[in-house]
Amino acid sequence: MRAKFALAAALLLLAARPALAIEPEEQLKDPRQEARARSIERELRCVVCQSETIDDSSAPVAKALRGLVRERITAGDDDKAVMGAVVARYGDFVLLKPRFSPLNATLWLGPFLILVLGAGLAFVFVRRSGAQAEAPAPLSAAEEAELAQVLAQPTAEDRPA
Amino acid sequence: MTVELGHYALVLAFLVALVQAASGLWGGHSRNPHALALSGPAAITQAALASLAFAALTWAHVTSDFSVDNVYRNSNSALPLIYRIAGVWGNHEGSMLLWIWTLSLLGALVAVIDATLPPTLRARVLGVQALIAVGFIGFSIFTSNPFGRVFPTPADGMDLNPLLQDPGLAFHPPFLYLGFVGFSVAFSFGVAALLEGRVDPAWARWVRPWTLGAWTSLTLGIGMGSAWAYYVLGWGGFWSWDPVENGSLMPWLAGTALLHSAAVVEKRDTLKAWTILMAITAFSTSVLSTFVVRSGLLTSVHAFANDPKRGMLLLAICLVMTGGALALYAVRIGAVKGGGGFQVVSRESALVLNNVLLTALLFTVAIGTFWPILAQVLFSQPVSVGAPYYVRTAVPLGALLALFMTLGVLIPWKRGDVRSVGKRLRSAAALTLVAGGVTFWLSGESKLLAAVGMAMAVWMVLGALGDVALRTKLFAVTPAESFRRARGLPRSAWGGALAHAGLGVAVLGMLGTSLWKVEALTVMRPGDTLPLAGYSLKFDALFDRAGGNYQSEVGHFTVSHGGKVVGSLEPERRWFPVAKQLTTLAANRLTPAGDLYLVLGDPRGANNEARVVRAYRHPLVGFIWLGVLIMVTGGAVSLSDGRYRLGLPVRRRTVSAPRPPAEPGLVPAE
Repeated sequence: MRAKFALAAALLLLAARPALAIEPEEQLKDPRQEARARSIERELRCVVCQSETIDDSSAPVAKALRGLVRERITAGDDDKAVMGAVVARYGDFVLLKPRFSPLNATLWLGPFLILVLGAGLAFVFVRRSGAQAEAPAPLSAAEEAELAQVLAQPTAEDRPA
Repeated sequence: MTVELGHYALVLAFLVALVQAASGLWGGHSRNPHALALSGPAAITQAALASLAFAALTWAHVTSDFSVDNVYRNSNSALPLIYRIAGVWGNHEGSMLLWIWTLSLLGALVAVIDATLPPTLRARVLGVQALIAVGFIGFSIFTSNPFGRVFPTPADGMDLNPLLQDPGLAFHPPFLYLGFVGFSVAFSFGVAALLEGRVDPAWARWVRPWTLGAWTSLTLGIGMGSAWAYYVLGWGGFWSWDPVENGSLMPWLAGTALLHSAAVVEKRDTLKAWTILMAITAFSTSVLSTFVVRSGLLTSVHAFANDPKRGMLLLAICLVMTGGALALYAVRIGAVKGGGGFQVVSRESALVLNNVLLTALLFTVAIGTFWPILAQVLFSQPVSVGAPYYVRTAVPLGALLALFMTLGVLIPWKRGDVRSVGKRLRSAAALTLVAGGVTFWLSGESKLLAAVGMAMAVWMVLGALGDVALRTKLFAVTPAESFRRARGLPRSAWGGALAHAGLGVAVLGMLGTSLWKVEALTVMRPGDTLPLAGYSLKFDALFDRAGGNYQSEVGHFTVSHGGKVVGSLEPERRWFPVAKQLTTLAANRLTPAGDLYLVLGDPRGANNEARVVRAYRHPLVGFIWLGVLIMVTGGAVSLSDGRYRLGLPVRRRTVSAPRPPAEPGLVPAE
């Protein structure tokens, strides 16, 4: 029963989506190299999956990419060279942190620009409100006239006793 | 027959919504008493019909009527009752019907509760609400009919997606939708205010409960979704910056901005144009999010519909609605005049700045989500955007937000004085710096990120505590007097403090699990022991267990800490024969210090006697959801504030008071 279940499970593993990623056999012996590999893999996209890193994905292509990363690390490449090797083969598409380029300027500078622009507009608005808080708006001509009329009317104290 | 009745009711609801839209908008414009009087009853009728339609589909699911295509494809006779009910919205057509039902119920609630609104404003709000309903009911009827039949009737159903068979996920969509759709009321109020050409503190007070209710539901819905992602998907994370997750974050950010800017309108009668813009944005991003999920444009786990025709129609609804509202905004916003002034150092300024930061965050999430499509369309360049992008953009913005959030809480309205604010902040700032410094010193890797995160969390919690301490004059007067003041504090003040503290607590959890996670991946045979972060996990046995509609394989592990047995864990793998799908069910042991998390993986060994085992130690992770619960509690407490009770003091509401009535013996409210 168990063997049957395990077999059925193994066969269907590809069809299902268990989010189980890297397999124990892929791990590198040196824990420091392994940690480097994992952190690089978290920056790379599984090209056939949607929004999954190769660290998260169980797809064959993710496994192949992990293989490449680990191969380059074992060969002694530094992190930058490993990334370079992966990009050379799979293109910029694999980078989950897109390169800064004129093309991606909106993506990288947009948030900053919005912040600066927003802060600028906010500053103008706040300054204007501050000025308004100090000096109340002058009365309109109609209001002046009304005020004058009210003031001109004799009040109780003005009346002769 | 029941199902046909449901279908019929949905079509009638569509027609009634048309009548409601016409009467509401025309009535608001012409002040025709008959038209004005019609929109309320129409809203109630529409809700009754939509309820009938929803009940009919639920009935078909509960009774397992497999002659209905929707039931056949998303249910099974062996499915437990709770998932037969959850199956109603666990699919495209049903979830759209849930959306419509929620929308019409809220519309009816506006009609019933806000009966004291000025008649033209009320009619216009109901009219806009009905226009939205026309769009979505039309979408359902014409492209996503949940009431279709299959012939011949299948003997049994194809089962609900096993990943959705989980209590956390069963109730995640209703709360999320209540949040999304709840913003529709703020949207309708915003558009109606533009039509009226008038925004005042009374308007802000009417909108407040709706916005707050939507925000609270959305917070809960997002929290439930991330909890589900954490313990069901078994990948050991809580948020992956997936387009769908981002889709729920965008309305949350806009809604948070709206909540705060509406407070400025309410208390100080200024920032009106911005508030209207946020009311439009909060619901527009909700619809955009629905479009993203439903169209499969940015496919992910959540997308169970990949039909371009549906996508196009939803996009059209989204564009017409947002475009229409923004065009109206451009034409009419000049009529909305600003009001009270305030000094540069004031709570108003801090709230303005926080709105700027929230907008920048919203933009970041939006551009990150849509950039891959934009780059493809504009430059034919495939680009991916993932977590590493958001860590570098959204996290710094979030840190700034945390900084100004607490400043805002501690600066008084209208006019603050730098020296007294400095005095109030002194101890909180000192403690925050100490916490950040200690974290920096103790952390191995990512020192800076850890220090900034810890400082953020501590600063937000201290700010909230400090706010309450100041309002109750804690330590400055006798404890009895402080207690009296605490009891007299308006509930909205408690709610705000709780929400701010909750966010700080949640950040603490995110920080712990993101930076200090320890994990192990290995092959274990029964009898093997795995050491992890001071714990020792002994794999005792592997056995089969039969569930209702699945078979499962369970690993039994004994957990010891410091040589003492502290408990056991049973991670599971479930096989759903009908859906032909395997799911993993992680086992975890949650304590305040962290979570021990175990996943059973594929078979290994000559006789399949061994298993791949993934073990994680997630420090502080429970604080994420504790924080969410605190925030939700804050929202609920604030919602229960008597001063904002819906439909109450008629006179005070229609006369637009420039500021809320001051409670005797209190510091000025908020």
